[in-house]
Amino acid sequence: MSNKVFMKGCEAIAEAAVRAGCRFYAGYPITPQNEIPEYMARRQPQVGGVFVQGESEIASINMVYGAGAGGTRSMTSSSSVGISLKSEGISYCAGAKVPMVYVNMQRGGPGVGTIQAAQQDYFQATKASGNGGFKMIVLAPSTVQEAVDMTYQAFDLAERDRSPVLILGDGVIGTIMEPVVLPEMKSDEEVAAMKAANREWAIVGHSRDEKRGFLDPGYWSTDMQEAHCIELDAMYRSWEENDVQVEELSLDDAELVFVAYGTSARIARSAIELLRADGLKVGMIRPKTLSPFPVKSFDKINYQLCKCILDIEMSIPAQMLFDVRLAVKERCAVDTCLRSGGNLIERDDIIRKAREILNGGAE
Amino acid sequence: MEAVYTRTNTLNGNLLGFCPGCMHGTTFKLIGEVLEELGVDSKASCVLAIGCCGLAQEAVSYDLATAPHGRAAAAATGLKRTNPDTIVFTYQGDGDLASIGLAETIHAANRGENITVIFINNGIYGMTGGQLAPTTLVGMKATTAPGGRDPKQHGYPLHMAEIINQLVAPVYIERVSCNNPANVRKAKNAIRKAFQNQIDGKGYSFVEVMTSCPTNWGLSPEKSLKFLEENMMKEFPLGVIRDNR
Ligand SMILES: Cc1ncc(C[n+]2csc(CCOP(=O)(O)OP(=O)(O)O)c2C)c(N)n1
Ligand code: SF4
Repeated sequence: MSNKVFMKGCEAIAEAAVRAGCRFYAGYPITPQNEIPEYMARRQPQVGGVFVQGESEIASINMVYGAGAGGTRSMTSSSSVGISLKSEGISYCAGAKVPMVYVNMQRGGPGVGTIQAAQQDYFQATKASGNGGFKMIVLAPSTVQEAVDMTYQAFDLAERDRSPVLILGDGVIGTIMEPVVLPEMKSDEEVAAMKAANREWAIVGHSRDEKRGFLDPGYWSTDMQEAHCIELDAMYRSWEENDVQVEELSLDDAELVFVAYGTSARIARSAIELLRADGLKVGMIRPKTLSPFPVKSFDKINYQLCKCILDIEMSIPAQMLFDVRLAVKERCAVDTCLRSGGNLIERDDIIRKAREILNGGAE
Repeated sequence: MEAVYTRTNTLNGNLLGFCPGCMHGTTFKLIGEVLEELGVDSKASCVLAIGCCGLAQEAVSYDLATAPHGRAAAAATGLKRTNPDTIVFTYQGDGDLASIGLAETIHAANRGENITVIFINNGIYGMTGGQLAPTTLVGMKATTAPGGRDPKQHGYPLHMAEIINQLVAPVYIERVSCNNPANVRKAKNAIRKAFQNQIDGKGYSFVEVMTSCPTNWGLSPEKSLKFLEENMMKEFPLGVIRDNR
């Protein structure tokens, strides 16, 4: 039996979450991710889970905070401006160590922006998703299949670390339809066992001879707060060693290296095929985790040959550029190819820019 | 000798940390006694607000998570829906429940969540030092309303119990106080009913507890009690507002 199905990104993510054992979802409508709550509204009751349409993004993330605090695999989703509203709740999850997964299908910004696909929330996703300097593992799928696989994995990571995990998509990933192989559905027994394993720290009511569940997003003691930050920092450092996910394409002989994620990376990949066919030596670093950022991949570039690193983003001003520069460490020039506002990067823009760099502008 | 009055086992002996004359402590004691008497203290989880109530978080023995300011009812929704056997209650001040968390408060009530909401109305922001609350009385001074609450600028005190009474779903709404032994007994009965409703799966119960804040009212505990009785309880009359059986 071929278990390939044709699915829209948002729906595939929702189904992957359910298969990973997500049994609580709360969210508030916003384009381009409405198919996630709509799918969850149909699907959760079928598996004994709960769907709630929150009265706002704030209420939704806090419902997820409560459900996660009770040990249930929980998820919320939104797009850009709605994610801003969730930031306090995300910070509480990081502080109180409540695992949860959330999805941002990015659209244009700032403000209410546009409803079309953009990558305008990179800083928010990787640097400051809320107050307090916490970090998260940020997964950036570039195909529907990857969105499915990353969502499935995200719940394990969130639970392993008792920390929020972000799936950073965009309007294209959310709405495109592609064939996918869905992961195996966790059985009711497995889901119950995962929840039972969380009981130790969850707030579900403990008997007097057990240690109580106590989830504390703050401390009265500055020393305890500092100790908590130090503990979190150690976890963040371990991610840099163990949790980087990246795709590296033809770095050994590359004279030009693209850096792109998500939808931009899809378009960059199609440009590479054409450029390589023309004999131009172009490679790519595609971060699959934006946090932790694949810094070590940049050490694999042959800087004797490489003329330039091209940061490709659907964001103006460029944002990932700063992580790229830190990783390149001035070993070579860094340039950008950008679109914004909900406009997609065009393959021809990338090709033109690549030729400019490699041939001094000759088409 | 037999002890006729003992501390509830739900208070672990750690310092509650409230100011002298504050009624947060009494309310926590009543909640603890009720949970024990109903035999559900080991099934209870508190979703605690941001405010002076945080001073109690190390002093209670039941499960507890602090929610973001105002969002306790939303967090309690997620918790109760996924753990229906857990006895879930929120404990929230007036700034938390009636100002920043008004939407979460109303919508959880309107959905008829099977939770118990304990609302501490002291007419002021305690934790942050005496700023204007949505329940501050007209003319009552606050650090951010130094001339007193002026309806032209600040509007009138919000009557949360009555506002929630406009909704169809809630099953039980009562306003109580802890100003004298008779009212403490009534408050305990109200809290008991609010938890019994949840145990019976009846739905949303709301108990508003009128309390004092001697520190930020700038009054001695005795004078605070008088102010509570003569002014606060006049604006916010005690009694059962709804009791659906
Ligand atoms: C988002 C957010 N805004 C503001 C605060 C600061 N803050 C802490 S407690 C509080 C108000 C507390 O007043 P109330 O809810 O009436 O409770 P009380 O302290 O009087 O018991 C405020 C504004 C905060 N912690 N979080
Ligand atoms: S500041 Fe007011 S509410 Fe807070 S503990 Fe003191 S008396 Fe109680």
